[in-house]
Amino acid sequence: MLTLDSKIPQGPIEEGWTNHKNNLRLVGPKNRPNYKVLVVGSGLAGASAAASMGAMGYHVECFCFQDSPRRAHSIAAQGGINAAKNYRNDGDSTWRLFADTQKGGDYRAREQNVYRLAELSAAIIDQAVAQGVPFAREYGGKLANRSFGGVLVERTFYCRGETGQQLLLGAFSALQEQLAAKNVTMHTRTELMDIVLVDGQAKGIICRNLETGDITSHAADAVVLATGGYGNVYYLSTNAKGCNVTAAYRAYKRGAGFANPSFVQIHPTSIPASGDYQSKLTLMSESLRNDGRIWVPRNPDETRKPNEIPEEDRYYYLEERYPRFGNLVPRDVAARNAKDVCDKGLGVGSTGYGVYLDFGRAIEKLGENVVVGRYANLFEMYERITDEDPRKVPMRIYPAVHYTMGGLWVDYNLMTNIPGLYAIGEANFADHGANRLGASSLMQCLADGYFIIPVTIGDYLSRNPYGQVTTDHPAFKDAENAVRQQQEQLLSINGSRSVQSFHRELGKLMWEHCGISRNVAGLKKGLKLIPELREEFWQDVKILGSGRQLNQALENAGRLADFLEFGELMCRDALLRDESCGCHFREDHQTEENEALRNDEDFAHVAVFEYKGNDQTPELTKEPIEFEALPLASRNYKT
Amino acid sequence: MRIRLQIWRQASRDDSGHMDTYNLDGVNPDMSFLEMMDHLNEDLTKKGHDPVAFDHDCREGVCGMCSMVINGQAHGPKQGTTTCQLYMRHFNDGDEIFVEPWRSQAFPVVKDLVVDRSAFDRVIQAGGFISNHSGPKPEPNSILIEPEVAEQALDAATCIGCGACVAACPNGSAMLFTAAKVSHLGLLPQGETERYPRARNMVKQMDKEGFGSCRNYAECEAQCPKEISIAFISRLNTDYLKASLVEPKDRRGKMKSQ
Ligand SMILES: Cc1cc2nc3c(=O)[nH]c(=O)nc-3n(C[C@H](O)[C@H](O)[C@H](O)COP(=O)(O)OP(=O)(O)OC[C@H]3O[C@@H](n4cnc5c(N)ncnc54)[C@H](O)[C@@H]3O)c2cc1C
Ligand code: SF4
Ligand code: FES
Repeated sequence: MLTLDSKIPQGPIEEGWTNHKNNLRLVGPKNRPNYKVLVVGSGLAGASAAASMGAMGYHVECFCFQDSPRRAHSIAAQGGINAAKNYRNDGDSTWRLFADTQKGGDYRAREQNVYRLAELSAAIIDQAVAQGVPFAREYGGKLANRSFGGVLVERTFYCRGETGQQLLLGAFSALQEQLAAKNVTMHTRTELMDIVLVDGQAKGIICRNLETGDITSHAADAVVLATGGYGNVYYLSTNAKGCNVTAAYRAYKRGAGFANPSFVQIHPTSIPASGDYQSKLTLMSESLRNDGRIWVPRNPDETRKPNEIPEEDRYYYLEERYPRFGNLVPRDVAARNAKDVCDKGLGVGSTGYGVYLDFGRAIEKLGENVVVGRYANLFEMYERITDEDPRKVPMRIYPAVHYTMGGLWVDYNLMTNIPGLYAIGEANFADHGANRLGASSLMQCLADGYFIIPVTIGDYLSRNPYGQVTTDHPAFKDAENAVRQQQEQLLSINGSRSVQSFHRELGKLMWEHCGISRNVAGLKKGLKLIPELREEFWQDVKILGSGRQLNQALENAGRLADFLEFGELMCRDALLRDESCGCHFREDHQTEENEALRNDEDFAHVAVFEYKGNDQTPELTKEPIEFEALPLASRNYKT
Repeated sequence: MRIRLQIWRQASRDDSGHMDTYNLDGVNPDMSFLEMMDHLNEDLTKKGHDPVAFDHDCREGVCGMCSMVINGQAHGPKQGTTTCQLYMRHFNDGDEIFVEPWRSQAFPVVKDLVVDRSAFDRVIQAGGFISNHSGPKPEPNSILIEPEVAEQALDAATCIGCGACVAACPNGSAMLFTAAKVSHLGLLPQGETERYPRARNMVKQMDKEGFGSCRNYAECEAQCPKEISIAFISRLNTDYLKASLVEPKDRRGKMKSQ
């Protein structure tokens, strides 16, 4: 059983973070350079954390597997970042951002965490602007805003369709400033392979240099994981190819609790896969749903081209099923309905897994120029990929795995249950409950990195003398040997199937049995099939070359080996959570209108799993969630 | 489709490298170029040959990781397109396609099509930032920025740091990359204070890394996947010139000791 002390501040929610901060212990500026902190990951969370702690004077080392910290997957975020600035005078406030996020997460997040996030949101915009992030401006020169799904105010800040890129370049440049000042050292093309504990505390990591294959040890006083999400367990997702669960999973195997692993967000509008060779899915911003109408032919045997199908033979299923929100229902509702009509045989495109997103009506009403003006870059991207012009032929879209709400369990200080081991950004589970609202992940990553971890880490460090452990400690040698051994084992199998083919198969399995909607039989089947596939992988995978060189198949195999274990944990969590909530839709728990049916009595908790050894069932510990500030209400987007 | 590939193979930094020929069947026109490479690697693995190493990550044209010279052009024949966003439908059945890594003294080949672009990061470290600590900052609307200026800054900031400009330039110059960063920050009021030292220091570092000088071939702009304008290079030149008229003073060390 894990002991989970969430360290949530007591008292009124509005004063929680301030009071908490005032009671934290600090490390003085003279003493900070003595403390070494490892930050693994250089996305929004990692880069902002490393830069902030470096500037404070801590001795920071930062790691990423790409060739430059600027390439972290955060770069791909398109839409924007939320902040409760209330520039539009439309009734926004910290409270409202908090309430929207908590409601959007279907009441499966800690209130105090979510409130703090909302409270810090405005300062993130200030920080980014000071770094030179060129947010969109209005004619008068002030910052512009737009609205995003699931809310009634305009609070999203953006840089065209490349907000993540610009925010990451801001954090990256701050990191480069600290590199130049020699407060931070950067290790690129370096992958974390294990975490080293000494007397139960995190004291370092084991890495593999991806270019030379060297296995190296790094000792420190604290370790921060900012390694992003694990959507790639599904093989096809909107994530970058390298996204993985390895760092978080290795932490789990060393005793860190893994929270809500089954909470995965599926985005309703991505470009459908076109064939088996497909390697990733590309997101089409959900803003398209503002003007596009979603439909499928009513007749499963329809053979006409979309433009030849008359109105009466088109099934505008969202408009019919949800008259009030229509095409703008929340992400999970839109995604489930798309799957539902395709499963009924109504889907379009070569694979039958696609629905139309039609701009015909909007173009008729507003004119082509207006519509194209609104979505120019998205139309261009779509045409580039599919070779079809969405002005003339309806787009085809389908849901795709997009974001993982689950992650390492952390307390209010963002520390895991392993002392000295922190998790920030998408890698932790903290703020989005069972479903994340659009434009709130960037916000969370930067709140964690710029403002929370630089303060909370001092509380832990100040209680521990610095430099207690060096890499001479036997724990490092043991961990290094285990890493080498696993690598040699992988290379020695010399079977018949490529890593990619196994990954594809795992992805299909996960999508089928632990995807958009889940049921007991399917999850049980997943729990049976995944270990079988894992077995086959360890018998029959084929990896050429050696470990002493750049070997991409070997890198992928290591990541896949972890996914093959982790997928099972996801199914287990999804099976145990015998309710529907947010993105976790259990077919056996729905309302008459096919909405998710929560069970607050039994499941208002965070499900935290503890590793018990290979072939052992992980143990579940529940952290109850209290609802004090915001009373529970059911989500209803129909009326 | 069936194609014939001529690909640069180089085992390591020290290896001298050579071109190898591969015939590939079963290429679908809807495959992206990198999916075609995956397909090739699957084929090679099956046959027991070492797969081709290449850099990639986002596969949607924004991380700047992918980097192939295809038929002599950085990122291939389609304008304003990264390698990962190039599709096989732009090639014909039976085509012979040449695939090479970025070629530049400042970007040594690590393996096959993978190169070392850390020189770019060091150019940024020389001044590609606005000095800042994390913490309370002025209210952003207290400094007004004309939307047109913000848009121009964003045009420059759109650079993905891929290095195609260097690979495309007969001189291996990194001026477009450097100019994009200098312009992004220099156009904004927040970046004004450090504008001239930034230009000077970044150019100095660029030279130190072994990038060539700019001779106005304009190939960088033509092959840049983000279509960054060479007008930014003139801006950099102006800033650099102004910077060289004043003696550099750095009082930072002194301020600290007081
Ligand atoms: C297409 C797309 C669009 C999105 N749009 C939005 C949006 O508009 N608004 C919004 O709020 N959110 C959006 N999101 C979500 C958001 O982008 C991510 O959740 C967020 O950027 C994650 O940041 P991060 O810092 O936690 O991780 P990442 O940016 O994924 O960074 C992970 C870092 O960890 C490193 N790493 C990983 N594993 C290892 C390892 N084993 N060893 C060493 N290093 C490792 C990587 O090198 C990288 O540096 C979008 C996501 C996608 C996929
Ligand atoms: S200027 Fe263009 S070609 Fe050069 S690095 Fe930037 S995006 Fe790539
Ligand atoms: S793989 Fe990211 S830009 Fe091509």
